[in-house]
Amino acid sequence: MPSERALQRHAKARPLLEPRILRSALRDAFVKLDPRVQARNPVMFVVEVGAVLTSIYWGHAFFARESSSGFDFAISAWLWFTVLFANFAEAAAEGRGKAQAEHLRRTKSDTVAYRRSPEGSIEAISANLLRRDDIVVVRAGEIIPGDGEIVEGAATVDESAITGESAPVVREAGGDRSAVTGGTRVLSDAIVVRIAANPGESFLDRMIALVEGAQRQKTPNEIALSILLSALTIVFVIVVASLYPYISFAGSHASIVVLTALLVCLIPTTIGGLLSAIGIAGMDRVMQRNVLATSGRAVEAAGDVDTLLLDKTGTITLGNRQASDLLAEEGVEIERAARAAWLSSVADETPEGRSIVTFAQNLLGSAASERTPEGTTFVPFSAYTRMSGVDLPDGTKIRKGAPDSVLAWCNEFGPVHTGLMPDIERIARRGETPLLLAVNGNVVATIALKDILKPMMGERFARLRAMGIRTVMITGDNPLTAAAIAKEAGVDDFLAEATPEAKMNLIKHEQASGRLVAMTGDGTNDAPALAQADVGVAMNSGTQAAKEAANMIDLDSDPTKLIEVVEIGKQLLMTRGALTTFSIANDVAKYFAILPALFVAAYPQMSGLNLMHLATPQSAILSAVIFNALVIIALIPLALRGVRYQPRGAAVALRTNVLIYGLGGVIVPFIGIKAIDLLLQALHLAG
Amino acid sequence: MTLTGWLQAVVIFAVLIACTKPLGSYMFAVFTGRRTWLTPLIAPLERALYRITGVRADDEMNWRQYALAMLGFSFVGFAYLFALLLVQGSLPLNPQHFPSLSPGLAWNTAISFLTNTNWQFYAGESTMSYLSQMAGLAWHNFVSAGVGIAIAVAVVRGFAAKGAGSLGNFWVDLTRACLYVLLPISIVAALVLTAQGVPQNLNAYRTVTTIAGGKQTIVGGPIASQEAIKELGTNGGGYVNANSASPNENPTPLTNALEIFLILLIASGLTYTYGKMVGDTRQGWAIFAAMFALFWLGFAAIYHAEASGNPLVHQLAVRGGNMEGKETRFGVAGSSLFIEATTGTSTGAVNASIDSFMPIGGLVALLNLQLGEIAPGGVGSGLYAMLEFVVLTVFIAGLMVGRTPELLGKKIERREVQLAILAILVTPIFVLIPTALAALLPAGSSTLGNAGPHGFSEILYAFSSTNANNGSAFAGLGGDRFYYIATGISMFFGRFFVAIPMLALAGSLAEKRPVAAGAGTFSTASPTFVLLLLGTILIVGALTFLPADALGPIADHYLLYAGRTF
Repeated sequence: MPSERALQRHAKARPLLEPRILRSALRDAFVKLDPRVQARNPVMFVVEVGAVLTSIYWGHAFFARESSSGFDFAISAWLWFTVLFANFAEAAAEGRGKAQAEHLRRTKSDTVAYRRSPEGSIEAISANLLRRDDIVVVRAGEIIPGDGEIVEGAATVDESAITGESAPVVREAGGDRSAVTGGTRVLSDAIVVRIAANPGESFLDRMIALVEGAQRQKTPNEIALSILLSALTIVFVIVVASLYPYISFAGSHASIVVLTALLVCLIPTTIGGLLSAIGIAGMDRVMQRNVLATSGRAVEAAGDVDTLLLDKTGTITLGNRQASDLLAEEGVEIERAARAAWLSSVADETPEGRSIVTFAQNLLGSAASERTPEGTTFVPFSAYTRMSGVDLPDGTKIRKGAPDSVLAWCNEFGPVHTGLMPDIERIARRGETPLLLAVNGNVVATIALKDILKPMMGERFARLRAMGIRTVMITGDNPLTAAAIAKEAGVDDFLAEATPEAKMNLIKHEQASGRLVAMTGDGTNDAPALAQADVGVAMNSGTQAAKEAANMIDLDSDPTKLIEVVEIGKQLLMTRGALTTFSIANDVAKYFAILPALFVAAYPQMSGLNLMHLATPQSAILSAVIFNALVIIALIPLALRGVRYQPRGAAVALRTNVLIYGLGGVIVPFIGIKAIDLLLQALHLAG
Repeated sequence: MTLTGWLQAVVIFAVLIACTKPLGSYMFAVFTGRRTWLTPLIAPLERALYRITGVRADDEMNWRQYALAMLGFSFVGFAYLFALLLVQGSLPLNPQHFPSLSPGLAWNTAISFLTNTNWQFYAGESTMSYLSQMAGLAWHNFVSAGVGIAIAVAVVRGFAAKGAGSLGNFWVDLTRACLYVLLPISIVAALVLTAQGVPQNLNAYRTVTTIAGGKQTIVGGPIASQEAIKELGTNGGGYVNANSASPNENPTPLTNALEIFLILLIASGLTYTYGKMVGDTRQGWAIFAAMFALFWLGFAAIYHAEASGNPLVHQLAVRGGNMEGKETRFGVAGSSLFIEATTGTSTGAVNASIDSFMPIGGLVALLNLQLGEIAPGGVGSGLYAMLEFVVLTVFIAGLMVGRTPELLGKKIERREVQLAILAILVTPIFVLIPTALAALLPAGSSTLGNAGPHGFSEILYAFSSTNANNGSAFAGLGGDRFYYIATGISMFFGRFFVAIPMLALAGSLAEKRPVAAGAGTFSTASPTFVLLLLGTILIVGALTFLPADALGPIADHYLLYAGRTF
């Protein structure tokens, strides 16, 4: 499967942080100290205010030569580190995303475009100046200057710059393979392309915006989570601020530096500091799979998908069905039937057509070398007639196609009779596609086309089922064939004899019962359904109409890619949930570190609350602050990679994650803070 | 701790479980307009009330209309009680000739009864006329409980609705809550209490000569009827100052058990009603389980602390549990159970002095208030406060399974999180900030009964209690203008700034069409979810209040064991 190969390729090619990204992230971490940047993130803004405040106290203590100045310095330094670590996480995620985006757009910027004016003159301009609906001419050897649609001509195009696949592909005007992508190279012939997007509006541009923190639109779940985190921050500001008068009431005095340290430890800095990095890294992972998303919302919606519509051909089966049998109508000689089959398909360039020709040749033996008569017209297959065939110069009309369509065609000539119905049914039941072959309104034979399933699809559907996603196979086959293939492939349901309307109705029906639907498509007649679906993935090889209707584009044109996007969407939410839980659970241990240290001056008897037996109040507070800062750094890899995702039921996933991040979140800081305290003691760094 | 002590709790709990389903089904029938066995008796009265007041029973309200009707009704009720208390001296049914109340006290008392808090800065038997008791306070005991049930039912309708925006009709819900639920049970309970010796008369107080030759005033009045709704409606405002510690209100261990049962009855019944209304009774039992897990945890902690007794008393060679401030007829177990029930709900009735509990016993009572009264909580308010935590838990847990979180098939999104958070923010704001003010201002500490951490506990407990609409108190705080105003504000926001966001949240959920649950959605009726819900409640509650509590009861505890008392 190409996508999984691609996945492994990327996984090998990309270490978590390349030195170049690391360097720029370190620099950006300081640039992002700008309060205007921090104000976007209320949690980290509070930390930065705390860092400024404690720095002022330290400055005061330093010049007044107070004994506390060493402690104040340590606290303020670690608060600055906390902000810097969070900034670094975001900058690192951005760096990775930008590196990926640059990889995709590398060739794009310095391309020369040959724009054709309405009068027909051609001028050379920079590709960056192209507007929507400009017409450009691209000749062999040139790079296509922007995303667009071929309006004239056909060409072989090397898309390896985008997809990594070296085999060139054919792109031609009209039909479902008319779209071209900026940055790809025309290998042969010349094409005229209508540009589809203004500068800065192409899919790639939109994708790049998703991995740049400053412009990034937050996704709906991210906004809801930010509200929760801000509210928790408000609660802790009230909790800590009210402690000042409470401690005064108890006849003691609370240090502002210690209270600030407590506040920073309590507010959810772990998730607050990593939230933006998680979102950017999620988009980056999508891009690594060679998928362009128009919004983070679409990726997040992919995680919520309940129903997945998959085209049979190309997704579930290899797409080239092979003729496996030919049964002649009663009273029709097998040679005559085979010859009709040969004639009907000899001009048919589809893999099915070619396989019928081969099969007929085998039956005919030496007679097969015959040529078609001059003046034969080929009638191509269409989704509406669901037949193809030839009209011979002597007036003979041969058609092959879906049995009901061919019978309907025969009926136009007069009453029709066939004894092949039991055979047709038997073929269909085997999961093969029966075609009916007719000459001038008379049925002559039925041909069986055998579908070849893609390997490993059963496993993928089982994976989806484990996630709670229902798969529906869409096929033009008759219900019997569809049922047999559906069973063999392991999909949950199927839509047989599908027309674009039936597909649309299915989506609407699923949505009306509250489900989120995802689908892939490439043709112009898929566009309405792609737009209607909650998640629509267009193949890069598809038409511009399909691409515009979709909210994601798969550059590899691999319909199974949707499964990976769904997993990334889920992983994105899980990572946020897990780190939120971890962050909140951490606070329990921090209370047991800081509260005894804070209250012990007023009530020395309360040292019993010091469960961890931390050496001194100063060491306890400093250890908690250091742990709080270091945990951000420790979790950057998790934020960038996402939590390990396994397809399994919600109940199991919930139990596992609660145990790891909830219970783990309670226990880990007890160990961490104690360890830092021991270290500080060993190094004689805190009172 | 003794076996009989535990048995007492287990028996009451067993009866409660047995009543949960029948009462829950009955309330389900009442609030969904189905026929009940009391319908032939009450329906004519109900219809007559609608005719007189001009209520159109089949008008549906959206959450705004519902909240406005509720606020309007509450405001009128407040004005009525405020006026009544200001002029009671010149009104009839006042055989003891009590004067009218001061405006500050009348204001505070009116808010207190309006919000189902029943915080009392006065002694009932020496302040309130029979008219004020019956027509003022008892009226509010009924309708404030009725309003609580109505809000809960409306909220549940929103959770259960399938895309319709309506939450029902406030006037109908209120009327039915009072006529079909509160009145019948109160009448039966009042009769039992009277049979056990609780006074029910309109006579003047009697002064008698005791056997020892002293003079004693014996209080009269309509106490039994008041007592029944005081417990059933989780109001808690005592007819007399000693509240349920007084033999006038709570004469025997049997009445003690009955009162505990009444306190818990409606809140637990409503969990079953919730399950039925959302079409899955397991959802209701999950909430029941979470509520009573908290209840048993709290009871075990209080009972253990009180039964262990005071180490300083033990040094005097006096063995046994802590009996200071407790009635001998209830003992340690009966008092611990009553206090857990009254602070785990928004009742605030007391049969012992919480002030005299061991610091850990007091801490548990305090935490019950600070968690927002959900074990099992006040009538109606317990359910909707618990649902607010359910929404929060679903949001955090839902993210962890990799889907936009869903509750009963409805997506929990930005607006729902915002509203649930708003309701959760009210508690720290209106407990911690007023406590800080009281600790700073001379007016806050001038009337304290104790010094040190115990004095701090008195302040913290007062605001925790008023904000949670409980009404119980550590002793000590005197009535003055600072506390009249500060507790009044705390009670007002504690009631309406939880109820209104919850109505809005229900309104928002009501408009969403539910999605069928699949393998990708986790069940909110599973034991895992109940544990997660408990974890969320305890961690959110503890993180918010542990620092303050540490300077109150927890410091008190450490100092006590170090030999210092206050």
